[in-house]
Amino acid sequence: MAVTSDTSAPPARTGAPGRVPPPRTSPRRVAVRGVALLAVPAVVVLVVFFVVPALRLLWLSVTSPEPGLGNYAALVTDDVAVTVVLRTLGMAAMVTVVCLLVAYPYAYLMSLVSGRWRGLLLAVVLIPFWTSLMARTFAWVVLLQDNGIVNRALDTVGLGPVRLLGTTAGVTLAMAQVMLPFMVLPVYTTLRGIDRRLVDAALSLGARPVVAFLRVYLPLSFPGVAAGATLVMVLSLGFYVTPSLVGSPQQSMLAQFIAVQVNQLVNFGGAGALAVALLVVTLVLVGGVQLLTRTKGSRRATGAGVAGGALV
Amino acid sequence: MRSARTLRRGLAVFGVLVGLWLVVPTLIVVPISFSGEDSFAFPPSSWSLRHYTTFFTESSWLTSLLVSLQLALIVTVVATVLGTMAAFALARTSFVGKGTVDGLFLAPLIVPGIVVAVAMYAAFLGWGLVGTPVGFVAAHSVLALPFVTVNVTAALAGFDRTLERAAAGLGASSFTTFRSVTFPLIRPGILAGALFAFVTSFDEVVVSLFIQSPNLQTLPVRMFNSVTNEVDPTIAAASTVVLVISTALLGLASISRRNRRHA
Amino acid sequence: MPETPNAPGAPAGASIEAEALTKVYKGSALPAVDAVDLTIHAGEFMTLLGPSGSGKTTTLNMIAGFEEVTSGRILLDGDDIARLPPYRRNLGMVFQNYALFPHMTAAENIAFPLRQRKVGRPEIDRRVREALELVHLGEHADRMPTQLSGGQQQRVALARAVVFAPRALLLDEPLGALDKKLRESLQLEIARLHTELGITFVFVTHDQEEALALSDRIAVFRDGRIEQVGTPAELYERPVSRFVATFLGDSNVFAGTVRDGRLDTGWCSLTTGTAGASAAGTGPAALVVRPENLRLGVAADPGANTLSATVTDVVYQGAFRRVLVRFDGGGAGQVRDTAGTGGAVAAGDRVEVGWAAEAGVLVPDDEPAATPEPEPAAAR
Repeated sequence: MAVTSDTSAPPARTGAPGRVPPPRTSPRRVAVRGVALLAVPAVVVLVVFFVVPALRLLWLSVTSPEPGLGNYAALVTDDVAVTVVLRTLGMAAMVTVVCLLVAYPYAYLMSLVSGRWRGLLLAVVLIPFWTSLMARTFAWVVLLQDNGIVNRALDTVGLGPVRLLGTTAGVTLAMAQVMLPFMVLPVYTTLRGIDRRLVDAALSLGARPVVAFLRVYLPLSFPGVAAGATLVMVLSLGFYVTPSLVGSPQQSMLAQFIAVQVNQLVNFGGAGALAVALLVVTLVLVGGVQLLTRTKGSRRATGAGVAGGALV
Repeated sequence: MRSARTLRRGLAVFGVLVGLWLVVPTLIVVPISFSGEDSFAFPPSSWSLRHYTTFFTESSWLTSLLVSLQLALIVTVVATVLGTMAAFALARTSFVGKGTVDGLFLAPLIVPGIVVAVAMYAAFLGWGLVGTPVGFVAAHSVLALPFVTVNVTAALAGFDRTLERAAAGLGASSFTTFRSVTFPLIRPGILAGALFAFVTSFDEVVVSLFIQSPNLQTLPVRMFNSVTNEVDPTIAAASTVVLVISTALLGLASISRRNRRHA
Repeated sequence: MPETPNAPGAPAGASIEAEALTKVYKGSALPAVDAVDLTIHAGEFMTLLGPSGSGKTTTLNMIAGFEEVTSGRILLDGDDIARLPPYRRNLGMVFQNYALFPHMTAAENIAFPLRQRKVGRPEIDRRVREALELVHLGEHADRMPTQLSGGQQQRVALARAVVFAPRALLLDEPLGALDKKLRESLQLEIARLHTELGITFVFVTHDQEEALALSDRIAVFRDGRIEQVGTPAELYERPVSRFVATFLGDSNVFAGTVRDGRLDTGWCSLTTGTAGASAAGTGPAALVVRPENLRLGVAADPGANTLSATVTDVVYQGAFRRVLVRFDGGGAGQVRDTAGTGGAVAAGDRVEVGWAAEAGVLVPDDEPAATPEPEPAAAR
């Protein structure tokens, strides 16, 4: 090890322990304080360019165009805003359900197969993490267009052509693909931790396989499902790129609506109120699931998912 | 038991379908980028490199690629240096309110992108930072910092501090200890954080859309505008280039992470 | 599924027979279980004993229905159950890691099999209480498994496996995860349950002491086959192979060749006695003598074996001393010396070691490579 090359340095530099009475402020304390100062530049950057803008937006939401809670009242009184919020909640719920229905069997399959296959399945599910969001969204635009591959495939089996680009179905299909990893990873983490002998035990006690699954396996997988569903829900609520490009302006979701408030109506107060509401819902959901699933595994799963969240 | 086998087989088929759903939309842009036509038809009826020629010669595309690359490099340096320093401070000290600071470093990951974008846009308008290089570097650094701190903190957590004490006990100064012991051991974590920082900036769309100006656009913004405003098949070539760059870097990052685990 | 009423006094256990039971895993050339024939009588405590990988657990899993049978039959009271799914076999099962449902209390765990059988609510309550009493956990009914100690968890698992009055209980190394003291107290508990319930127990273990202490009969597994089936005494006193002799209990093994009714080890010639001689015939064989049958001092009766040796170590073990010796000419041995028949011996002393002819059992030498090495203590 490289350490040994430094043995020639005079030992006096660190001082022999116990020989001198410790000074009032020990060198160690000074060093610790010095290390803490290393965080200052990054904290300054985060405070100036993240915290301050966020607080400014919060301020704008209660002062612009006029002081008061009018912008927040509009969230529940303005028909357009209410429609958008409800549509966004509905879309997010639908994407969450689709992701869950796809991710659960997929994660279960991952927990069944042997090492090499598991690695392959994991790699495939991580592809959305590993590829550019813009490139993927563009690909969905190409796939979903009226004479695109999906429609031609539907046509061959006699189901098409269906209008997909600019529709809820198209947006769901594209969004669910982007969100799938956030569901698969926490669910898989939980499933992997479930002792398979428990299912054997249920069978030996007379439970039919369906019952063993519903009464034993499913309840034990709940922490992962809760973590995954929250992540997907939260990410879907604030999702901007895919709904903007694959969906239609007439069916806009919350993020698009916020963008319109800012870019076209220059209504920072209204946009701020919407953003604050979105943020509060996000924090409540994330916090709630953290409380609900206080197990190590799911915490880690949530953490991993959140860490990947910024890629979306 | 026969039903168990049927279930497995069904699951396997399902897994293949899901795999296709995940992979095909990602890779479909590659053949389209080599199309000889001015449409997104698939499969293309003729092949050519013309979209790549356009991409690398037309100034609006080439400029945005260069902007994105330069921006990502600067952000990588800023975020890696600041993030690594901060990770040290957070891993090695405890002080009143440390929990808040920890949360501050994770917040950009949790707060929805649109909220960050609107907040920054409103602030940057007032500060005259919209459409400026400084504005872009600041915004992307905020988004990239968490990835560096998360990776370096993880590397430090898996790091045996007795090694440092041993080095100090052998007479090394703190700087020598850092250079010869600490840094080599957490280097994979720093490298992974740097790569994530690069990709975060290089792929960022939402915030960039808000703080862009006609004179300063990143490549993903240029692509976004291309999809919304025009039918320009050059975007297929752009997508392929972006795909190759970000996938290669994230692959490197994950290899680097794995090395750290074995270190 | 019909319930099996456990009328008091009625023989409730079922007999289990394996006929040419075979399990070959995909991609494996050797069968994990190779044409095993085994009859377990109704109400019997049968232990499947063997080293890991010998096929004992696979056999149990096939009886339980967790492993598909490659070929052969499993008869439960004469009915072939080999193709029946596990949930229709009505066999209790206790797992090594307890396999308690972590999201249910002890009482809910025990109620689970009764719920599957659509037993009425009051009846469930009554039987769960009885089952908890049976394992002395009455006051822990509402604890979650994580709030129970390892021994308590295993007792809940036992209660859960017998509460629905199965006709046989399968136990897969149920004490493997527990420390020695707890293991011994649970051994007593399991023995008591067997007596009280009167059902058939099939017990898998690799611990030979546990097997000797608990079983009516033991089946010794080796490489997917059954090497020997018999009562603990039969296996201990009349092993059919060197493998069985060394797997159960301590032994002195003299390997050699049988010639004219004597065993030639290359460094001494021994009287083989009569017991196992017919089994061995001629050829490579091993004479097995238990340490408690060796005497320090010249054996009195004619036809007995006496060897000169040097004491290498004396280990005091309370009720007896273990005297380790090195025979002149080769080989190490040990003598279990109770009450100090040899007087005070110490390392380095020259002694005579003898045993009566009938104390030795001659078995075919099935593992000639494993010649006993001198104990490390002999180096002193």
